[in-house]
Amino acid sequence: MSYGKLDHRNGDLPRSEPQMFTMHAQNIAKPQSRTLPRHLRRLEAESIEIMREVVADFRKPVMLYSIGKDSSVMLHLAQKAFYPAKVPFSLLHVDTTWKFREMISFRDETAQRLGINLIVHVNRDGIERGINPIDSGSTLHTQVMKTDALKQALDLYGFDAAFGGARRDEEKSRAKERIFSFRSHGHVWDPRNQRPELWNLFNTRSWKGETMRVFAISNWTELDVWEYIMLENIPVVPLYFAKKRWVVHRNGALIMVDDERLPLVSNETPELKMVRFRTLGCYPLSGAIESDAATIKDVVAEMQVATLSERQGRLIDSDEVASMEKTKREGYF
Amino acid sequence: MDTDALRELTFTDSKDQLRFITCGSMDDGKSTLIGRFLHDSKAIYEDQLQALARDTVKHGTPGDAIDFALLVDGLEAERDQGITIDVAYRFFSTPRRSFMAADTPGHEQYTRNMATGASNAQLAVILIDARKGVLVQTKRHSYICSLLGIRHVVVALNKMDLVEYRKEVFDRIVGDYVKFASNLGFTSIAAIPISARHGDNIINRSRNTDWFHGPCLLDYLESIDIQSETAGLPFRFPVQWVNRPNMDFRGYAGTVVSGSIAVGDEIVVPASGRNSRVKQIVTYDGDLVRAEAGDAVTITLADEIGIGRGDVIAKPTERPEVADQFAAHVIWMDQEDMVPGRSYGFRIGTQSSASGSITAMKYRIDVNTGAHVAARTLRLNEIGFCKIATLLPATFDAYEANRRTGSFIVIDGETNRTVGAGMIAFPLRRAVNMAWRPLSLGKKERAALKHQRACIIWFTGLSGAGKSTIANLVDQKLFAMSYHTMLLDGDNLRHGLNRDLGLTESDRAENIRGAGQVAKLMVDSGLLVICSFISPYKAERDMVRDLVSDGEFIEVFVDTPIGECVRRDPKGRYAKAKSGMVKTFTGVDAPYEAPSAPEIHLTTLNQQPERLADTVLNCLAARGIIVPTNRTEN
Repeated sequence: MSYGKLDHRNGDLPRSEPQMFTMHAQNIAKPQSRTLPRHLRRLEAESIEIMREVVADFRKPVMLYSIGKDSSVMLHLAQKAFYPAKVPFSLLHVDTTWKFREMISFRDETAQRLGINLIVHVNRDGIERGINPIDSGSTLHTQVMKTDALKQALDLYGFDAAFGGARRDEEKSRAKERIFSFRSHGHVWDPRNQRPELWNLFNTRSWKGETMRVFAISNWTELDVWEYIMLENIPVVPLYFAKKRWVVHRNGALIMVDDERLPLVSNETPELKMVRFRTLGCYPLSGAIESDAATIKDVVAEMQVATLSERQGRLIDSDEVASMEKTKREGYF
Repeated sequence: MDTDALRELTFTDSKDQLRFITCGSMDDGKSTLIGRFLHDSKAIYEDQLQALARDTVKHGTPGDAIDFALLVDGLEAERDQGITIDVAYRFFSTPRRSFMAADTPGHEQYTRNMATGASNAQLAVILIDARKGVLVQTKRHSYICSLLGIRHVVVALNKMDLVEYRKEVFDRIVGDYVKFASNLGFTSIAAIPISARHGDNIINRSRNTDWFHGPCLLDYLESIDIQSETAGLPFRFPVQWVNRPNMDFRGYAGTVVSGSIAVGDEIVVPASGRNSRVKQIVTYDGDLVRAEAGDAVTITLADEIGIGRGDVIAKPTERPEVADQFAAHVIWMDQEDMVPGRSYGFRIGTQSSASGSITAMKYRIDVNTGAHVAARTLRLNEIGFCKIATLLPATFDAYEANRRTGSFIVIDGETNRTVGAGMIAFPLRRAVNMAWRPLSLGKKERAALKHQRACIIWFTGLSGAGKSTIANLVDQKLFAMSYHTMLLDGDNLRHGLNRDLGLTESDRAENIRGAGQVAKLMVDSGLLVICSFISPYKAERDMVRDLVSDGEFIEVFVDTPIGECVRRDPKGRYAKAKSGMVKTFTGVDAPYEAPSAPEIHLTTLNQQPERLADTVLNCLAARGIIVPTNRTEN
């Protein structure tokens, strides 16, 4: 990767030791028989079919790789879809430069382990303007470092289709999203100009300059994702599992003190708490939850009795009503 | 990892998924029912409930503590209008089944949305207001479900609280429904008295209906035996993608849409008639001995028999249809009316770039009554029975026999919008063997004999633009250079081959289609075919372009302003059009879609026809179609 990383390895802030990442043995010993229950087999097959459609009908597809659990599942599905061939597209990570350090190392390890080409794109203009999630606010930060950056990258490389890991169960405005979400020139999403989707007959046609976002795991729920990760032994970022981490209370959320770039307000004192994350984004915007779920099994069990939605930890959604729909119209996933 | 104990907790090994659609109008309480499902099955979380309570104050129906409908009405605009205008997908789960519910609007102007939701559903929940009974809309919803191939229906008789949970109300309405639905082809019809608002018989049996001995709605949805629709059907494997990681491996990636296949089984590709045997069934998790409906796999064959995307692999004993004409139900989904005869894109299975046209409308169907109504076209949300012709033979089954291989979508060639969806009824002209037997003498050989390259030179432009004049000159000049040509003129064709056609949009399309086919035959015989047609629509010109190979269609745009054409008016037609004697005249009251990128663009104002004809010849020479000298002197 050829972009200037901010050096956040210095400083003497209290922090937890990087958790050792255990590699699962999926490439060495494949399961002998299929153990998936039928509902997961159906979802898996459906996603594989969608991915093959894209590769068959588009000139230059790419997979948006956000390093989260949904991306891990998508990547696993892509390996299955094209086996014995290698995954026939690149991964694109839009890096806001504010991701957890463990996410970045997981990303690089994953790309290397699977031998997949990884493109990392940073909105240099945003960096120069000093946009960051703490001083600029989550809305502006998301607009410049995620939405604008994504559009830049798609234009720069000329991708005509981009896989995204969004799911319909995540949020109300996504419940109506198509699997093949058409974007006109400038990556504009017009909810009134989306193509009807009947059966599995996707309309993949577009003219030059128009693009498609393809949500291959649209019909999965959060619980499906975790059960699948468990049964298929899919590696995920260790931040999803509980351990003692340094956090501060901020705006009703537990924010992890990942490095010295998080300025502490006078009354904030980092505490060592047993926490984990249900969703991962920019660390100053991702709230941790107190949890003892240290293994995948614990996580799935915890999901069963969860009373709060996964987006509850994200500061982006609570800013304004229907904010997800607004960011989507502007070109965010 | 101790997964066995855990699996007890979250799912059983046999846990499967049911996809259903809820049908009903806004007032029937459909959104409330789904919201109730999500709430009572704990598929929504506390923070979402808090947001819901906030929203209820802002948008909700007055008087309700929490408006469950707000849980499921998604987009801002819809919320402000208080109506559901799209298809929303909702998810909830029990240890036995996971559910995906398609929530669609029920009004007639949203038939397309309902059809979309129904296309992937195995079951329909039809809501009926207990105070109103079976209404026109109930019949419409049931008819669309039946047409889209749903075979299981549960009637949820809602608002029972408003009729004091009376048994006789329930019995009467259910009786009415069963009588009406008896000829819709449902294999099961269940009925449950509910109150979505108060939760009666949704998740738990209600004490208010102790006379009712059936299951509550969730129990019913959890236990109904949706016999795998696809397991017992003939084997079908539409090829999505050819997997060629290296010279030694050639696999066909796809999903088994019905039936099953095992290693060693004999297979056939019906479109080519070629046979082979299954060598391997490859998956990432190891090779399989047998693949069944729903499995996404990669198949390798014992022989190399030239299979590509769009081909269907079947068993020799159970072949699908192969035909280039078929009859089908079509649901129109676009603001612009369907134009019979116009070229559209068709996606049939993985055959994603077929082109063809709707050649005839048999009748339109009144979705409220099922009655057949005479019609020449279809408008948005209308359903009709049509004949369809595709340029190349398609492989398919009747939709009734197989939903996955009997469905198609219709795509506008210019905007790429999905404008229609169809369900094939039967083939009209079977291509029993192969449609095209490769001729031993081809276009190349025939053209080579004449020492030329065959092509279509297509003049388009307004009436009076000068097309025929220039086309005639080009013809004469080519003839003088010893090229074998033929001139096809719009007016002349209308006196003979197309004398039965008028000037409506669909007749114009048919006129061009006929002319295009004639021109193509002449190209196949090795001629330079000069065509002169107003041909106002881009889609029709592109249809002709698609008939021949790349580089064989030379579009010549004769660009003359309408004012100049009216001034010239060589045939007195503009005068007639203005006086109303000729209807729908291009440029007057019918549109002309100018070519966006013609091969040759002639601006005729202040130009001599002779010079313009030379321009055409120069362009043909530049494209290597003719040699720019007089061949007789060579």
